Amino acid sequence: MLLKRAEPRTLTPAQTERIRRAQRAGAYVLLIASTVVFVLPFLWMITTSLKSDAENLAFPPQWLPDSFHWENYSRGWFGSLDYTRFMLNTVLITALSMLGNLISCVLPAYAFARMRARAATLMFGALLATMMIPREITLVPKFILFSKIGWVDTYLPLIVPEFFGVALYIFLLRQFFTTIPQELIDAARIDGASELRILWRVMLPLSKPALAAICLFSFVGNWNQYLESVIYIRTTEKFTLPMGLGLFTDQFATQYNQMMAVALIAMMPIVIIFFIAQKTFIRGVTLTGIAGR
Amino acid sequence: MATLAQREARRFHLFVSPWLLGFILFTAGPIIAAIVISFMEWNLLKAPQWVGLANYERMFGDPEFWESIENTVQYGVGYVALGVTFTFVMALLLNQPLRFQGLFRTVMYMPSVVSGLATALLWLNILHPDYGLINKVLATVGITGPGWLASQEWAIPALVLMAVWGAGNTIVIYLAGLQGIPKSLYEAAEIDGAGWWRRFWSVTVPMMSPVIFFNVVTGFIGALQGYVLILAMTEGGPGNATMVLGLYIYRHAFVYFDMGYAAALSWAMFAIIIAVTAIQFALARRWVHYEFK
Repeated sequence: MLLKRAEPRTLTPAQTERIRRAQRAGAYVLLIASTVVFVLPFLWMITTSLKSDAENLAFPPQWLPDSFHWENYSRGWFGSLDYTRFMLNTVLITALSMLGNLISCVLPAYAFARMRARAATLMFGALLATMMIPREITLVPKFILFSKIGWVDTYLPLIVPEFFGVALYIFLLRQFFTTIPQELIDAARIDGASELRILWRVMLPLSKPALAAICLFSFVGNWNQYLESVIYIRTTEKFTLPMGLGLFTDQFATQYNQMMAVALIAMMPIVIIFFIAQKTFIRGVTLTGIAGR
Repeated sequence: MATLAQREARRFHLFVSPWLLGFILFTAGPIIAAIVISFMEWNLLKAPQWVGLANYERMFGDPEFWESIENTVQYGVGYVALGVTFTFVMALLLNQPLRFQGLFRTVMYMPSVVSGLATALLWLNILHPDYGLINKVLATVGITGPGWLASQEWAIPALVLMAVWGAGNTIVIYLAGLQGIPKSLYEAAEIDGAGWWRRFWSVTVPMMSPVIFFNVVTGFIGALQGYVLILAMTEGGPGNATMVLGLYIYRHAFVYFDMGYAAALSWAMFAIIIAVTAIQFALARRWVHYEFK
């Protein structure tokens, strides 16, 4: 038994180094190969945004434009519609909805992960069930409800429900809260910490990657939200960016080049937010930090 | 004086109240309405008419409904099996301390950010039987590619590939989960002489099991409910080869305005999802590791 355990150590340092290097090279090859596949839509959006109006309609489709038509960006953004206004509207809705999502998901997630109550299982079942009901079917009753209280053509139907928890995010956070060692919570309880304090000082700092993920999903989800905006918003000045993108299609044709140019501008904030959020996904910032203290 | 358990239960209710309130205000009502509508004939214009179980009887005798279930199961199982494993491998790779890590991660997430319309257009070009990128590449090595979206057998596999390619959120959730595994566990395993493979199965997989479980459950739900891309790509064709249940519901609700039948179909989808999820939760007791029981 002892001999078997010692076996992996019989490798010389040079051999281990060679294995490490081979593994790293393999990882790079796999990553670069998949990068090509994953970056395609983005490249295609860029080339499409630079095509002339004629190349836009060509069939079979042309992958690269003959010359770069950068003016599509200004033609699209500063055309007949006020896209700057649409972007500001989207920023407002997204910021408020994100705030609402965060506040209203953390508390229930902690309760579902770490508190005992007789109704807990039943309520958790109801929470999961709300994720399983096709959204389309509650669309019409919801619209009737919101129009009765005069919320149509305001942002309230888009923002207010976001302050009452999102089942998917509560479930996700709950899964992360369940992985935090019970000893940490017991220790805090013995020190007389309240539940809110445990949540704030123990659970949340240890769940930073999960919180970053939820911020990201909430941002992307609200930024790209289309269906409900179309249903509730009527006045053009109140339009959001995704609604604005739909306006490049009229009854004759779609100006894909201008549409892609505006779509690229619209997705830039998400790419930036992602680049910031992914930095929290670095091992060692969470549990190991505590152990070393 | 309240007992400890009573006090914990009270705290539980306080903490879940944001979600519970939203559930009562915005979800429960529309759900009850959706149940009532499923017993009615309603085209949104004329007043709804009570028809009892007629919609459900019609459903069980509807060959297109059964066809859509078959397609849905193929798509859902294909997506979960391929998606959950592929994204896990990607997340493990993206968690390695490699150079350009942030860039690689951002690129992998890109497909989830690109607007649905751009994605649909891109894939129609990639998958085109004659001009498409994939078949052109296959032709250079002497393989005649399949008709992809134009073929009865290859349409669903093509849609599964697209869905897996756009599963950046799943990768993000795995990445967040990987940060929470205490380094000390790996160190302990290494001292015991566990190799890379052994550490993966004895540390990574059990510690990640709540997160894997989350992705399996929500991946299946998402696959069943997501139809927008399928609508944009194939509209259910060729024939009925890609007519999934979500698309079938959409068609009855917003093309035929047959709200009663659409509601009944939605409850069928709900029943399938809840049955599969219940099985998953029952199986989870055998393989998902929670710190708090």
